[in-house]
Amino acid sequence: MSSIATTDRPFGSSPSSGTIDLMPGRANIPRVRVLVAPIDYLAFLVRCLVGSWDLRRTWPRFIAQLSTHGVGAVPVVVITSVFIGLTTAVQTSYQLMGVVPKYFVGMGVGRLVLIELAPVMTGFIVAGRSASAIAAELGAMRVSEQIDALEVMGVDPYRYLCLPRILATSIGLPVLVVVTEVVAVFTALFISASMLNVPAAVFTYGVTHFFMVRDFTGGIVKAVLFGMLVGNSGCYYGFSVDGGAQGVGRATTRAVVLSAVLILLVDFAIALVFFKT
Amino acid sequence: MIRVEEVSKRFRDKVVLDKVSLDVPDGTTMAILGPSGIGKTVLLKIMAGLLGPDEGRVFHDGRRVHFGRFAEPTGRLGYVFQGGALFDSLTVAENVALVLEETTRLSRSEIDRRTQDVLRRVGMSGHGCLSPRALSGGMTRLVAIARALVADPHTIFYDEPTTGLDPAVRERICAVIRELREQRSRTQVVVTHDLDAACSLASNTYMLRAGRLVRADNVRKEDYEQAYS
Repeated sequence: MSSIATTDRPFGSSPSSGTIDLMPGRANIPRVRVLVAPIDYLAFLVRCLVGSWDLRRTWPRFIAQLSTHGVGAVPVVVITSVFIGLTTAVQTSYQLMGVVPKYFVGMGVGRLVLIELAPVMTGFIVAGRSASAIAAELGAMRVSEQIDALEVMGVDPYRYLCLPRILATSIGLPVLVVVTEVVAVFTALFISASMLNVPAAVFTYGVTHFFMVRDFTGGIVKAVLFGMLVGNSGCYYGFSVDGGAQGVGRATTRAVVLSAVLILLVDFAIALVFFKT
Repeated sequence: MIRVEEVSKRFRDKVVLDKVSLDVPDGTTMAILGPSGIGKTVLLKIMAGLLGPDEGRVFHDGRRVHFGRFAEPTGRLGYVFQGGALFDSLTVAENVALVLEETTRLSRSEIDRRTQDVLRRVGMSGHGCLSPRALSGGMTRLVAIARALVADPHTIFYDEPTTGLDPAVRERICAVIRELREQRSRTQVVVTHDLDAACSLASNTYMLRAGRLVRADNVRKEDYEQAYS
């Protein structure tokens, strides 16, 4: 038994609707988007993290993503850390030399790296590397209907695709930040001792004597949040791709830009919470 | 049974579906005909719960489909996408086995057995270890059908299953659909612009025209072409 649609409305006419049109004019759309987008973004994150984690099935995919977005980022992070250490040592020495005792160079480098430079710079690197990769990968899957295929099979695409990626960036980034801190401080120690006339023992005294656990934990808390935002930005824009290859490119750019902006925003918020005197 | 009630869908100013209503009784194979871009895939995706309509409702076995959530419990729906939608990072066998691995607690050996069975049914046994990138268009379509069938769904949707394929692969796909209709009484919806395939596969045939469905059982080729000229 089958029934056929019956309507006399001509082709191309607007269907009558019993609903209220919230966006009757295109002029209103950007304003509505500005209001809705942050809620949509956070709802997406909650949707990914809340619900069945199904560790038995998620674990292997998490390990694979951790390898891609964590271990895979080590070379570029190490190279960047070397230059962070070198530049910070030179700049700190330039600012403080002759004004305060030499061990303040070690203090300046240590605290700058731990509190600010390591988390933010590593966050930017992972944003550029992973948010773009995730957005492009998931965007291509969206365009080729692979995400639709998961849905129709009854496989939760948020659990299958997003959860391992967000967990991998959230856990991988703090580890990368520690790598950055270690490499940057040792590189600063090396250049201070060899070129800046700050003995290694004096530099080390400056780093260790003024070390505060709160500086370290603040940086790690930042890194976890940055990682979560980077992963979520990639997944969010990857899932919302529309319009083929051009859409994938647009999503990739947006994921990186949003990640960078959110890193700075959260950095300020954490500074207020952890370090406000 | 699948019931579509007064479903409308438009993209910007173009009305693609205009208060379409349709019942697909259990065990029947229905074909929806129409040229490219007429809205067949949109209707199929709405029927499968993958795309939300602007208006109207869809029911699967009397239960309303809530779009944006999972419409159906595990394994009750199969969907063959036009481009296959196979996962590049997995092999053919892994693609087919995915739904069983992710939604059931079957043993590894049972999953492997079912995977090999369904690949054999579509004539793709021996290709399980290949990457989807190494497959031709016809082979991709056959693997997509195997993936849709492996969980033994009661309803299967096909989006242009025979388009652009050589006669041998086309006939193999038609044979699989016919077997599901005649021997397993599965509910099937096929959207295609291939009139011959539609007539040979379906018990009910409709044409989508100007956003509406019209009955087209035993339609002649000249009339079909005339309808869209």
